[in-house]
Amino acid sequence: MDRAQFLLMVSMLLFTTGLLGVMIRRNALVMLMCMELMLNGVILSLVTFAQHSGTLSGAVLVFLVFVVAAAEIAIAIPIVMQLARQRRTLDVEAWRELKG
Amino acid sequence: MDLLTTIVALPLLGFVLNGLLGPRLGKTFVNVVGCGMPLLSFALVLLAFLRLQAGGGTQPLVETVYTWATVGASSFEIGFWFDRLSAVMALVITGVGSLIHIYSTGYMRDDAGYARYFAYLNLFVFFMLLLVLGRSLLVCFVGWEGVGLASWLLIGFWFDDPAKAAAGKKAFITNRIGDAGFLLGMFLLYRTLGTLDMDQVNAAFSAAALPAVSASLVGILLFIGATGKSAQIPLHVWLPDAMAGPTPVSALIHAATMVTAGVYLVARLNGVYLHAPEASQVIAVVGVLTAFLAATIAVVQTDIKKVLAYSTISQLGFMFVALGVGAPAVAVFHLCTHAFFKACLFLGAGSVIHALGGEQDIRRMGGLAKRIPVTFATFAVATAAIAGIPPLAGFFSKDEILWFAFASGSGGSPLLWVLASSAALLTAFYMFRLLWLTFLGTSRMDAEVAHHVHESPWSMTGVLLVLAALSALGGLIPIAHFLEPLLPLPAVRDGFAHHQTTLVVISVLLALAGLATATWVYGKGLARGESLATRLAPLHRLLSGKYFVDEAYAALLGRPLQWLSARVFLDLGDRRLLDGSLDGMASAARRAAGRLGRIQSGSLQFYMVLAVAGAAASLGWMWWHG
Repeated sequence: MDRAQFLLMVSMLLFTTGLLGVMIRRNALVMLMCMELMLNGVILSLVTFAQHSGTLSGAVLVFLVFVVAAAEIAIAIPIVMQLARQRRTLDVEAWRELKG
Repeated sequence: MDLLTTIVALPLLGFVLNGLLGPRLGKTFVNVVGCGMPLLSFALVLLAFLRLQAGGGTQPLVETVYTWATVGASSFEIGFWFDRLSAVMALVITGVGSLIHIYSTGYMRDDAGYARYFAYLNLFVFFMLLLVLGRSLLVCFVGWEGVGLASWLLIGFWFDDPAKAAAGKKAFITNRIGDAGFLLGMFLLYRTLGTLDMDQVNAAFSAAALPAVSASLVGILLFIGATGKSAQIPLHVWLPDAMAGPTPVSALIHAATMVTAGVYLVARLNGVYLHAPEASQVIAVVGVLTAFLAATIAVVQTDIKKVLAYSTISQLGFMFVALGVGAPAVAVFHLCTHAFFKACLFLGAGSVIHALGGEQDIRRMGGLAKRIPVTFATFAVATAAIAGIPPLAGFFSKDEILWFAFASGSGGSPLLWVLASSAALLTAFYMFRLLWLTFLGTSRMDAEVAHHVHESPWSMTGVLLVLAALSALGGLIPIAHFLEPLLPLPAVRDGFAHHQTTLVVISVLLALAGLATATWVYGKGLARGESLATRLAPLHRLLSGKYFVDEAYAALLGRPLQWLSARVFLDLGDRRLLDGSLDGMASAARRAAGRLGRIQSGSLQFYMVLAVAGAAASLGWMWWHG
């Protein structure tokens, strides 16, 4: 198994772990972290393909994704903290009524 | 601005001024504008008439105001045409119209809608002038519809009474049926001739190479329009109901001018009807039937205005008889004399109603002659005129109609004469019956009403005197002769010429017979008339039911249409099909939303599963089909 293939396998593993985590876990913070895992899996595949094809655009895109991810988490964490303060729990089931 | 345009525009200006400013500026302003504009128009018509005569009388004045539209090679122009026929019509309209405006200042004095009334009246005069001065059939049609509008506005003038509003609607809708015929006739003419200018239409039909359209078809279609406007059978039902309007309106619109528009139209398109013997026959038959049947109905009416309304229908029938036997000049002659005496009768009736505080039933009148002598005298003159007592106006015009009905080379026949003469006899009878029951004999009024009887103000009686003078002397104006270069009289059938004196004597005798019978029956109050009515009960019921034409229309047209509207269009079409399909779509969407809404449970994990399943499914689909 060459390096690229190996890295792609890792990327898929990361993504799948993240996905399963989001689907299974109820803790909001854990879900956020699992989402980060998914993002990282995607980023890893981006870098791998960029290197494989010898262009820089994939690597540039990575920085873009980093920025978006940072912005996203900067909003998500305060929201989760506000919600946690209200209900004294991190269980997402506690905010079911937010469905509208 | 040009002369003819000014004539037409002045009443329109009056309408605008009175309509916009009248209610604010008070009665004097309304009077000056409302009566001044038609009077000015009348003066200008006289001026135009003098100019026409100065030019020899055969060269019409023509003015083009505005090019309405240009379609391909043909253009539609708003143009005016002033020849002898238009001149006579315009003189009657502005002359009698002005008199009735002046009368109205007295009759409508205390009405809340005073300014509105005069605005409508001026609007009517404007459209009527447009109708008779328009060169093109299209302009004529605009006037034709416009007078219908003015008529509707004025019949329903007191629109807070539902019965009066309904009468206006009935007039309007009945006229629409006729207008469909008018429009079809116009389409046909335009399609074949490419022009609607009436002089060119007449010329086209008089040319050596006849146009490729049946003159009779055009003639009958246009005559259908005329039956609507001029209240001929079978579209006569609106005119008696139109009496719901103020009485001067009945005099102006529903006796003197608007209802004669049909007569004018047929006379104006003389060139077409000369080549349409079948259409002319239809006109003569419809005319004589209308004249006779309306006269029979008038005999049993008890409302003073209804008697006059049926009398108007009957007299219009006479005019159509003249048109049908190829003597349009005589029809226009009768139109003028009729305008004089019928306006006088209606305004006299208005004066009576005014005097009695709104009473219209002649069974509760009588003995008014001494109380309101001016009204009585003028009414009597006009009655004698319409009955055909010589030497008053009606005698001359009616006699000429009867003569041509008998002897015209193009459609005259003894049978036509017999029917028309019976109608003339009935006319004399019901008119003198009206005179007797209203003014003579002993009073049948309530003491309360009798106490308040008063002669009308001079603005009303003065007009009555002028019209009575015209009714008396109008027959001496040789209108038929004046129109002869334009509307030639038909040739008399061979061997009939020597009958003329006999017929004149007979028609005078018939008028006197009508007078005598009416005096015998109604000279001593109601008793003899009522015993006759009970003895001839079935006939009386048929006549006072107006031959049940309204009922027949309701049963044959009204009720099926209502059923169709209510059951098919409303229940099935609107409620079930349209509303049903829309409601169905809405409720389907609501139900689907109810089902789908359950997916939105609020569980983030479940959403995630769905999103992943969706993504997986779309990936799988792409792989499968890729």
